[in-house]
Amino acid sequence: MEAKAETETPVTGAKGADAAPRTVVDIDKLSLTFRTADGPVHALSEVDLKVAHGDFVSLIGPSGCGKTTLLRTIADLEQPTGGSINVNGISAHQARLDRSYGYVFQAAALYPWRNIERNVTLPLEIMGVPKAERRQRAKDYLELVNLSGFEKKFPWQLSGGMQQRASIARALCFDPELLLMDEPFGALDEIVRDHLNEQLLQLWDKTRKTVVFVTHSIPEAVFLSSRIVVMSPRPGRITDVIETNFPRDRTLDIRETPEFLEVAHRVREGLRAGHSYDD
Amino acid sequence: MTTEAAIPLRPSLFTRLMAGRAGPVAVVSLAIVVLWYLGAVYMNAPVQIDRYERGKVEWTFGQLVADTLEQDRPVLPAPHQILVEMDKTILGKKITSRRSLVYHAWITLSSALAGFLTGAVLGIVLAVGIVHKRTLDKSLMPWIIASQTIPILAIAPMVVVVLGTIQPITEFNDQVIGNSGFVQKALVSTYLCFFPVTIGMVKGFRSPDILSLDLMRTYSASRWQTFRMLRWPAALPFLFTSLKISIAASMVGAIVAELPTGAQAGLGARMLQGSYHGQMINIWSALLTAALISGMLVALVGVFEKFTTRLMGGRP
Repeated sequence: MEAKAETETPVTGAKGADAAPRTVVDIDKLSLTFRTADGPVHALSEVDLKVAHGDFVSLIGPSGCGKTTLLRTIADLEQPTGGSINVNGISAHQARLDRSYGYVFQAAALYPWRNIERNVTLPLEIMGVPKAERRQRAKDYLELVNLSGFEKKFPWQLSGGMQQRASIARALCFDPELLLMDEPFGALDEIVRDHLNEQLLQLWDKTRKTVVFVTHSIPEAVFLSSRIVVMSPRPGRITDVIETNFPRDRTLDIRETPEFLEVAHRVREGLRAGHSYDD
Repeated sequence: MTTEAAIPLRPSLFTRLMAGRAGPVAVVSLAIVVLWYLGAVYMNAPVQIDRYERGKVEWTFGQLVADTLEQDRPVLPAPHQILVEMDKTILGKKITSRRSLVYHAWITLSSALAGFLTGAVLGIVLAVGIVHKRTLDKSLMPWIIASQTIPILAIAPMVVVVLGTIQPITEFNDQVIGNSGFVQKALVSTYLCFFPVTIGMVKGFRSPDILSLDLMRTYSASRWQTFRMLRWPAALPFLFTSLKISIAASMVGAIVAELPTGAQAGLGARMLQGSYHGQMINIWSALLTAALISGMLVALVGVFEKFTTRLMGGRP
């Protein structure tokens, strides 16, 4: 039983969306099998997914459903064993070499010996951007994530939420079109997470980036996404794709609305259908 | 509760002394000095009693104790005898004099430092190679470990003798540096020094977690960039630990290298001459000087470490 993503529909409800937004991520019959000592593990099986420009796509599913693996494959951090994957119309590998995406990991992964400014500008340093411009960009992007004034602080002087915001600034500072986020707020408490969700949504609205976001929180996925991709494990596959229709400038309040609860319900049903909790 | 009442109480002087580092160190030092004096009396007594009996002198226990601590050629010199000798040979002589311990210490120290520097560089270079090339990891590592299973006392004479017959090296030693055996001694030091650095730095270069390495991959950073911006800074704490071990070992290497050739100058040479002439006081003062120098060198690396850690935003 293979539920294919209905991919061609553009983001609806988004104000000012292009008539036919181009495809940023194009995944076709993607499979990935890890060879382990206990035999092959089918992490991904026949996954089809298209992400349009300006989309906010969440991958949701229980642990082991391959959502992180899928994200890592888009980022060319894992190699697929079957199917194809294109980013911006070129191979994922070439896209990585072109630095076409910013990646935010589960942990902030800030380098402890660099202050926040130099952590944020790490990608720019690698790309050979001159120092004066690096300074300016650090200032701009730290302002964007509400961390102005923390340039000279070292990571250990920041809270977990602030560290993760700095890592988002780092992913944004070289202005990639695509943002890949792997449970970026998974390690944070719910109050901080709610707050960062709202900020991320504003950021998305402001910067018009395309986002692929991995989570295992249903409210987070429903609140943030224009499209929710429900995945299930063994083998990792897509079982449902749900379009949401909330305004781009929504706030956390929409979580109380019937529409929100309805989408959340459908996600929960999708997760339940694809997953037997007995095994 | 009784514990609450106890909090405002000022801790006793003893407690406060022992809370820092000075107190415990002082106690241990004092214990060593006391044991040393007891040992000196015990070990020098037979000779002293023998002397009394041959001279048919009446002696008391108090006199025995006093005399055992003031012998010219004691079996175990008392601490104050060593300090007097060190005062005489370090502060009491011009440092260019062959009787000055500073002169001898510099000859050993200069070789040791040269060996330390080459050893540290060699150690880092080997570690870089091992981390980046699988074949080097497999082929070099066993040899590097095997190299340290050979006693340095067996290696030193071979190095000294073999290098001593190579004309350019002998000329360099005699004419350029004016210090015979400089290169040989430095090489023995190098042999001891590179190992801790290699082992430490291989671990250090491999210390970044997968997340940090993946981050570099997402920026398609080159290997050199990954090395410069991730592996090297991550390895620095390991480097300083290794350097502390190495710099102490460098003095050992230089001293050991002075022994087999009967070198004329250097702390090792002083020890050797002391043993020829049964001058235990000379041996001990050379030894204590070497220990003091090593201690200062390790402390110096520690200062660099603190400085670097602060620059790198370490937690105070």
